[in-house]
Amino acid sequence: MADQAMATRKAPLEGLRGGSPAATVTPAVPASRIALRAPAESVSALSAALGVTLPVRPKTSASTAKRHALWLGPDEWLVIDEDGADLMAAAASSNALHSATDVSHRNTAVIVSGSGAEVAINSGCPQDLSLAIFPVGACSRTIFGKAEIILFRTAEDSFRVECWRSFSSFVFGLLSEGAIDAGH
Amino acid sequence: MLLIYCPYCEEERSELEFRNGGDAHIARPTNMAEISDEEFEAYFFLRDNPKGVIFERWRHIHGCGRFFNAARDTVSDRFIATYRAGEPKPVLDAEPKTPATVETYEALEGAAQ
Ligand SMILES: [Zn+2]
Repeated sequence: MADQAMATRKAPLEGLRGGSPAATVTPAVPASRIALRAPAESVSALSAALGVTLPVRPKTSASTAKRHALWLGPDEWLVIDEDGADLMAAAASSNALHSATDVSHRNTAVIVSGSGAEVAINSGCPQDLSLAIFPVGACSRTIFGKAEIILFRTAEDSFRVECWRSFSSFVFGLLSEGAIDAGH
Repeated sequence: MLLIYCPYCEEERSELEFRNGGDAHIARPTNMAEISDEEFEAYFFLRDNPKGVIFERWRHIHGCGRFFNAARDTVSDRFIATYRAGEPKPVLDAEPKTPATVETYEALEGAAQ
């Protein structure tokens, strides 16, 4: 009988550390994620099923403990659970019309923290990240260098940068360079 | 950097987040199987390419992902108005407002003598 092959998780940025005293750049711990599309009529049932209120205003998010719902478009959200809970099952339990795709392994995330976090991200992102325009809790799909990212401000000096796994070494590298520049 | 107002995100964003989608308000014939080759050519290929105001589709591809429409001055690159897909053309002033100070290709080439 053949030996049974066992898949082991290989995080794309495992062990990497980057940045400067102005801004640290670290890989986020693995999380579960769904790309969620739904019409307005399904929002309340999905919110109840997911345990987090899906935001309906542009550039806003809602969080319950370690679960976050990020507005991406008028009928589109990224839902993240930092504890790795089964979001597909939670969305399905709503019995409301929706489309959910598990993107837990497509995406990975980088945490950028420190007084120079804005400057580090602005090294490759054209959005205005001042607190008045991009306050704590704000989120947006945007670009960083040549990669598409989803930016989520978790604190005044901290951002979660979601990107596709295949772009993560580029994103991590450019963020690290930006963080070093932010120290000057 | 050119800033474009997205009517879905309700704010101005960098042009880097957007992609042009060609002319707007091109009505697809409802009797496609019956029209002549010339009529199909006119619908599918022929565009006015105006010097001045043009109505275009744009997509906020690296943002909310939505298509919307824009009125843009092709001389100055100025966006005159943006509006949601499905809404009618907005009423604009008869003459496009192209400020004398705008840096057009022609103006820059003229000044580089
Ligand atoms: Zn938008």
